[in-house]
Amino acid sequence: MELRTPPHLEAEVPAEQRLPLLEVDGLVVRYTTDAGDVSAVEDVSFSLSGGEAMGLVGESGCGKTSVALSLLRLAPENASYPSGSIRWEGVDILGMSSEEVRRLRWSEMSMVFQGAMNAWNPVYRVGHQIREAMDQHFEPRLTAVEADRRLAWLFELVGLDKVTADRYPHELSGGMRQRALIAMALSCEPKLVVADEPTTALDVIVQAQILRELKDIQTDLGLAILYISHDMAVIAQVTDILAVMYAGKLVESGPTREVFRHPRHPYTHLLLSSVPSVVGPRRPPVCLDGVPPDPLDPPSGCRFHPRCPLATRRCRQEEPPLEPVGPEHLVACWHSAEMSGMGESRLDVKVSGG
Amino acid sequence: MPGAAQLSIQAECTGSAEMALLRVQGLRKRFPVTSGVLRRRTGHIHAVDGVDFEIEVGESLGLVGESGCGKSTTGRMLACLDEPDEGRILLTEDDGSEVDIAQLDTRGMTRFRRRVQMIFQDPYESINPRRTVFETISESLGIHRMGGLRYREERVSQMLARVGLTPPESFMLRYPHELSGGQRQRVAVARALILQPQFVVADEPTSMLDMSIRASIMELMSGLARELGVAYLYITHDLAVARYMCDRIAVMYLGKIVETGRTEQILSDPAHPYTQALLSAVPIPDPSLPPPELRITGGVDKAIDPPPRCRFLDRCPQAVDICSTADHPPLQDTGGGRLVACYLTTDREG
Repeated sequence: MELRTPPHLEAEVPAEQRLPLLEVDGLVVRYTTDAGDVSAVEDVSFSLSGGEAMGLVGESGCGKTSVALSLLRLAPENASYPSGSIRWEGVDILGMSSEEVRRLRWSEMSMVFQGAMNAWNPVYRVGHQIREAMDQHFEPRLTAVEADRRLAWLFELVGLDKVTADRYPHELSGGMRQRALIAMALSCEPKLVVADEPTTALDVIVQAQILRELKDIQTDLGLAILYISHDMAVIAQVTDILAVMYAGKLVESGPTREVFRHPRHPYTHLLLSSVPSVVGPRRPPVCLDGVPPDPLDPPSGCRFHPRCPLATRRCRQEEPPLEPVGPEHLVACWHSAEMSGMGESRLDVKVSGG
Repeated sequence: MPGAAQLSIQAECTGSAEMALLRVQGLRKRFPVTSGVLRRRTGHIHAVDGVDFEIEVGESLGLVGESGCGKSTTGRMLACLDEPDEGRILLTEDDGSEVDIAQLDTRGMTRFRRRVQMIFQDPYESINPRRTVFETISESLGIHRMGGLRYREERVSQMLARVGLTPPESFMLRYPHELSGGQRQRVAVARALILQPQFVVADEPTSMLDMSIRASIMELMSGLARELGVAYLYITHDLAVARYMCDRIAVMYLGKIVETGRTEQILSDPAHPYTQALLSAVPIPDPSLPPPELRITGGVDKAIDPPPRCRFLDRCPQAVDICSTADHPPLQDTGGGRLVACYLTTDREG
């Protein structure tokens, strides 16, 4: 899959940044459990260049967080990688020593998790914890004065008063903690931030403020952001590229606008129709019935076929490959041609999942 | 509109124009704030500070606002899980008389529990992990001494089928850890509705769930409301969800209701600056539309002994002189069933 820098950035971004920062190729993530081996991620490929914002979406358990954790080699100990690769500027992350991975984290690639409270050590002031990250990972090493100046700049960037640095995590509200976490993620000038449900636990107004700040920061600093989320409305607002996962597999990917306007996989279509909106005509959100398959025993053929309104015998028997259906738009569905006739008004289509 | 049929029946039965199922008047709740090692009281959080509203038979009222605005405390008081410091919550009896739920005796409380139920936000915490689905749902049938074991099994089985947990036999003896988040919330809905209550307080029932499951729980709850004539107080921070679930919306800010009205009216033409801000923050699931300009800065403060002026003043982008000198504005009728607590709006209208 070839994903290029969005045209509006092409002019400003230096040539070397236009090469993909991150290339995930045929990634398979398997967990060894008492009940047997579980394949959480199955043959996932995508790439991301500097300055791009990509969304990785899907229901809980679809494998999106396993992908995110694998990028930073933070997956649990029972995870293994039977095949596939994750290349960071051409070097395979999965083959790196732990020392090499340590050097990569924070300074090249950092992560914002969803539970902002759990990410902090409760006994240290937040400013201290961010400075510690800089001491460990910022290269070349900063002097105390430089670190202070950088801390003040970071707090301003994420919209926090600099006195917040002297507070303990429990003294901050959820929104402030999440902002401080973003400041920490940006502290060592990373090229990519992986944001796993960065605003899920927050109120709408704080969510809107943080998403707009992240968008500004992304544009101003030429940062790449990989958003992991199940919230299609949030994804619509912040990403340029979208990849949809179902039961460990990539089922559709492409430019966010194109995928929202012409979803070609029935799962994407249903996912989009299930989102309530405050604008447009008032229609009840479409229900996506059923549950994702048991990862220990995935269905034959297309993994979505038990829940798919368009499923035929072929879908039950043969697995559809991920194939291009338009510029940079890939879909894994035997019925993607039928889906293209469904037009723009996605909610008009009566597909109810059984 | 759900419940319209019941509404007319109710009106005929009682022969009065009063159709409210529930009337809330001057509701107040304060929590002490303590500090230091001696835990001295240094002030009070005015969680709910003079709230009035009515809910009609079969109507769904959305209580909308950010965390800490007092919406959950209001809901808990309506479900009799918290006691109000001041104010009255009047529930209309079948004979048309009203009872103040704070004055209920033990027998009255048993009756109340049959009529009013609650659905909580977190299906992982609201269901006892050591009880089977059957035990969880049938417990209230036992408390109210309804039928024998066979009757209860039949009722639970019907209810499970209705909430989409089919085949019911395969769910009856399962434990919560064997269920997904969406399935647990279906159990919580079944538990709340097994007694066929008239009123259910639903506190963010879908906010912990995946977007794809959210829609089906929303549909389930609104379908059941139509079938059983249940009225909801639907507590949510998400106006997009409120749009589909609620006939009317009340917007709360720091313990006060700042605007109420019909759902579409509020979403298409929000009057209070806070409602406007809240609406501008809702993400729109359409990447071709630019995000609306965010009309608010800062975050919610806690209402610790707030000064008497407008609660929203510090964050209000439109504040004028009167807002900082006068008391918190009262809710005033601006026509079309809408009430707004803002000097700017009342000036504009008057």
